[in-house]
Amino acid sequence: MSTKLIYFAWVRERIGKPEEDVELPAGIETVADLLRWLKSRGEEYEHALQYPDVIRVAINQEHVEHREKISGAREIALFPPMTGG
Amino acid sequence: MPGAVVPTVRIQAEDFDVAAEIIKMTQGRADIGAVVTFSGLCRDEAGRLAALELEHYPGMAEAEIGRIAAEAVARWPLQGLTAIHRHGRIAPGENIVLVVAASAHRQAAFEAANFLMDYLKSRAPFWKKEHHTDGSQGGWVEAKEADDEAASRWKQAVPKRN
Repeated sequence: MSTKLIYFAWVRERIGKPEEDVELPAGIETVADLLRWLKSRGEEYEHALQYPDVIRVAINQEHVEHREKISGAREIALFPPMTGG
Repeated sequence: MPGAVVPTVRIQAEDFDVAAEIIKMTQGRADIGAVVTFSGLCRDEAGRLAALELEHYPGMAEAEIGRIAAEAVARWPLQGLTAIHRHGRIAPGENIVLVVAASAHRQAAFEAANFLMDYLKSRAPFWKKEHHTDGSQGGWVEAKEADDEAASRWKQAVPKRN
């Protein structure tokens, strides 16, 4: 099953695309696992996810912690801390 | 107790009219004793800033502000609650965000508006990018720790509804 990844703000700019569909390899169980795997996919991902602790994540459009399980996620969004308001 | 208030949440590129939003909330009713509005505007940063570009996460922006607004309605005895957030390019002097909270008495309206703004700043999926007047590449605005602290203070001291 493929998962839709969406990127915003400087995460989007550094990765160089607004979204993509990925096949997650076995063993990727949590958000932290996902970030570690993505970071290994190339220079642009390494640049975007250099400091994984600052990356905020939403699964199916709800905020989650990095320890959250990602099974069943249709849409996972990665973005910097928010600056609205 | 009357039926629960359903908050109005709008995410839009176009400007909003503060007075019109107050009228929409209060027209034809005589039970509202207090309306608090907060509008956030784009500053020019002493002439340095040409515009802000507001990126947002469509779908989640509405959903997240809706969740925050629902929490405000559960915590304070409100008679109306509206939150409007703009996206896209916004010039200095223009509106960015509006919160309107109505209640029988002022305290609930003040607190709910304050709560909504504090949470919106740290949880609503919007990101500001600066465009400079001298044409230089502006960067993404950095999140302030003070905004997270402002939101976290609402976790203490939960007011009880009557």
